[in-house]
Amino acid sequence: MTLLPDLALVLLILTAAVWTVAVRDRRDAVIGFIVVGLLLSLAWVRLNAVDVALTEAAIGGGATGLLLLRACARLVPRPAESVLPHPAMWILTGLLCSVIAAGLAAIVVMPVEPPATLAPEAAANMGELGLGNPVTVVLLAYRALDTLLEKVVLVLALIGVWTLTPEQFWGGAPASLRAQQSSGALRLLAQVLPPVGVVIGVYLVWNGADHPGGTFQGGTVLAAMWLLVMMADLREPPEIRLHTLRLLVILGPVVFLVAGFAGFWIANGFLSYPPAFAKPIIVIVEAALALSIAVILGMLVAGPAARAPR
Amino acid sequence: MIGTATVYGLCASGLVAIGLYGLVLHPTPLRKVIAFNLLGSGTFVLFGVAARRGGAAGFLADPVPQAMVITGIVVAFASTALAVALLLRLQETGASSIETTPPEQQDNGAS
Amino acid sequence: MMPAGYATSEGGALLVIAVMLPIVGMIAIFALGLRRAERIAFIILPGGLFIALAIAAEVARTGAAVTYVLGGWQPPLGIALQADGLSATLMVLTALILCAVGLFARGTFSTPPDMSEARRPMVFWTLMLGLWSALNTVFLGQDLFNLFVALELLTFSAVPLVCLDGRRETVQAALRYLLFALIGSVFYLLGAALLYGAYGTLDMAGLRLQAHYNPATSVALGLMIVGLMAKAALFPLHLWLPPAHAGAPAAASAVLSALVVKAPFFLILRLWFDVAPQPGNQLAAQMLAWLGIFSIVFCSIIALRQVRLKLMIAYSTVAQIGYLFLVFPLVMASDAPSAWQSIGWTGGVLQLVSHALAKASMFLAAGLIAEALGHDRIDNLNGAVTAVPISVAAFGLAGLSLMGLPPSGGFVAKLMLLTAATETANWWIVAAILVGGILAASYVFRVLGRAMAAPKIGFKTLAHIPLYRELVVLGLAISAVVLGFVPLQPFAFLGIGRVGLP
Repeated sequence: MTLLPDLALVLLILTAAVWTVAVRDRRDAVIGFIVVGLLLSLAWVRLNAVDVALTEAAIGGGATGLLLLRACARLVPRPAESVLPHPAMWILTGLLCSVIAAGLAAIVVMPVEPPATLAPEAAANMGELGLGNPVTVVLLAYRALDTLLEKVVLVLALIGVWTLTPEQFWGGAPASLRAQQSSGALRLLAQVLPPVGVVIGVYLVWNGADHPGGTFQGGTVLAAMWLLVMMADLREPPEIRLHTLRLLVILGPVVFLVAGFAGFWIANGFLSYPPAFAKPIIVIVEAALALSIAVILGMLVAGPAARAPR
Repeated sequence: MIGTATVYGLCASGLVAIGLYGLVLHPTPLRKVIAFNLLGSGTFVLFGVAARRGGAAGFLADPVPQAMVITGIVVAFASTALAVALLLRLQETGASSIETTPPEQQDNGAS
Repeated sequence: MMPAGYATSEGGALLVIAVMLPIVGMIAIFALGLRRAERIAFIILPGGLFIALAIAAEVARTGAAVTYVLGGWQPPLGIALQADGLSATLMVLTALILCAVGLFARGTFSTPPDMSEARRPMVFWTLMLGLWSALNTVFLGQDLFNLFVALELLTFSAVPLVCLDGRRETVQAALRYLLFALIGSVFYLLGAALLYGAYGTLDMAGLRLQAHYNPATSVALGLMIVGLMAKAALFPLHLWLPPAHAGAPAAASAVLSALVVKAPFFLILRLWFDVAPQPGNQLAAQMLAWLGIFSIVFCSIIALRQVRLKLMIAYSTVAQIGYLFLVFPLVMASDAPSAWQSIGWTGGVLQLVSHALAKASMFLAAGLIAEALGHDRIDNLNGAVTAVPISVAAFGLAGLSLMGLPPSGGFVAKLMLLTAATETANWWIVAAILVGGILAASYVFRVLGRAMAAPKIGFKTLAHIPLYRELVVLGLAISAVVLGFVPLQPFAFLGIGRVGLP
């Protein structure tokens, strides 16, 4: 039975998910969620989607997990969080959710034949661009508009988080990310790991053109290294009014926009690349995006400014 | 016959149901946000099932839905960040509704 | 079956600029911020209006949709943007309202002279521009996943606007808004995943050719429409809207109520008439209309009982959104050769446009009244007419559209819906439109009665309102009135580029 490992993995994922929702303590819930994220990246490998597996591990489990843990630490402790408000309410919701799940399951077990796919079209056009990783090609060429707009979403999210800055602190720095008890091990880790992490991040971006990896994964690893340094108290989060910070945030979107508009002159329109230069242009755009993503992710975890500017 | 993709399709359905249940019933915002992330993960796996079934032309999985999931994961992270910032701010503003309540400074260490 | 091909048309590049120009402005403010937020916004605003008008002119000139294929990659692999008559109309509407709101907000969101950058102006102007780009993408997008990204762009621009002033209630309202919007997005995305699994495309034209009735299609469309209903605040998923729209600063409320909630409705319209297998599902159409009826009656009654002016206007938004959902059974029962040639469809679109103008005017008027009096308690509005006479007049003119009295765009829209409902013997809809009109008249006149009353002894105006701000509000109200002079028939322009129904 080759399905056995998959069935076991699915069972684990669902158990962890139920635990995440049902457990009373919210910190346990966050840990449950991180476990689900890690298990899901295994599931993505089994679905032959290595790029997604890397993203899920880096962002789904990693960055989101860190964000939620930090929120837990800052929220005032509450006694228990009861899950069951009223029997009628939870029975009704349970029924609704079961119906939706049953509907989805019924559709999933009846796949269409032949499978609906854009893989042949994606493959047919890849030769033009000279890149080896089809997912990168979809993200930066075929569906570049989605990727560009999604970068704008990240910038808007950062502005949204900064909106919540109390008036007197505008322009200042976010609260320190320092761990509660500063441990020597964390400091050591923060001194040793970043050089290695930066190399891995750069490698993921560079390699992403032809092999699994790419902007988000690389950017997230870079962000993780930065966050580690801030958590070990080796560096404070920067003030949000800093010009350099602002420029780093918009670097990726701006380079992407410039490459997009350049297409009007050097290729045949917005976000189109001349075949001979497609690969270098895409790699430059990816590098700039990765840097911006690292900075935005780091600042999103750090949160709004909590100190007046110096 | 049940294939690998179908097994994960059922996993996706389960995640959607669990996430939605938590999202509707949990009274506190943080737990709602966690449940929302489970619901989102289930949705993404559904794309993954389509990708795996669509493997063709030398690709083990259709790259188009994979790219959509990567975009979706990033958007979900951004949503989580905004929601967390909102709920922390809600706590800082406390019960008072005066406009210029000075929020408690979380850290009183480094100047 | 091969989907219909897209080809970039002559003015196609305009569509790209319509989406990207506000983003360029937003990025510029973010990076250069400092004291220039407002100045940058005032370069982008007329530019965007010009682009929207140019697109509408191009659609009118060629009599065909304007199309752009991004990067030259043919959908469904790539993404296309397309402006038909309806999208062009809505883009012009968006540009007009944003420019008016920009003028209105001028000065209230400028950076104080002693600061290098302040929070409110920076956030307000960047989010306004982000919102504009999001709306244009919603109106132009032809790919369901691209539209998902556009909806997220819209959510991230709209939610922080709600809590711009940082009060606890507004933060709470923003959080609730965000959660509803996220649930809506996930449902939409679930549907998109099912459609991709079934057809291997998310391109609307491709889906139109391939989609047929099967469980996957029905469940997918059902999930997507429910998700969009939550974002459009249709009863009973409307609970997030009133506190959010009432809590935002007046300029932001105007945009949220006039435009942001219309985007998900526009997408439902497109899913229903451009993607779903035809003819649509009778039962589902009736259900949408019934929810619309509940919205109209229930939320009008709640509006009538509000103490605060802005909350009353916000509840009225939910009621007026309800009218939009009446179009589904009306169009399906009509014997017009295509959906857009039916009187119900035209009435729905006209209701959308005239409500947008009237509601923008109303929220701005309420903002000025609150600035002048220092509060917005309806029972204490005495004297408003002496403090801000033009705003009170604008409030009254805009009210005509909500009540459906002539001359106003709302009157023509509701008359068209009423005609369509009578022709198709949908008597419940006839009753709802009539009752909705009476209730709207009651809540509008309640405010006007108070505002026109003689001021109490010791009444004084708290702030002097510059004339141009009042004139902007009046301008919007007059536009809503002028719409009342359009002929009572389907407009050819709205039908340009639309696919006829069999």
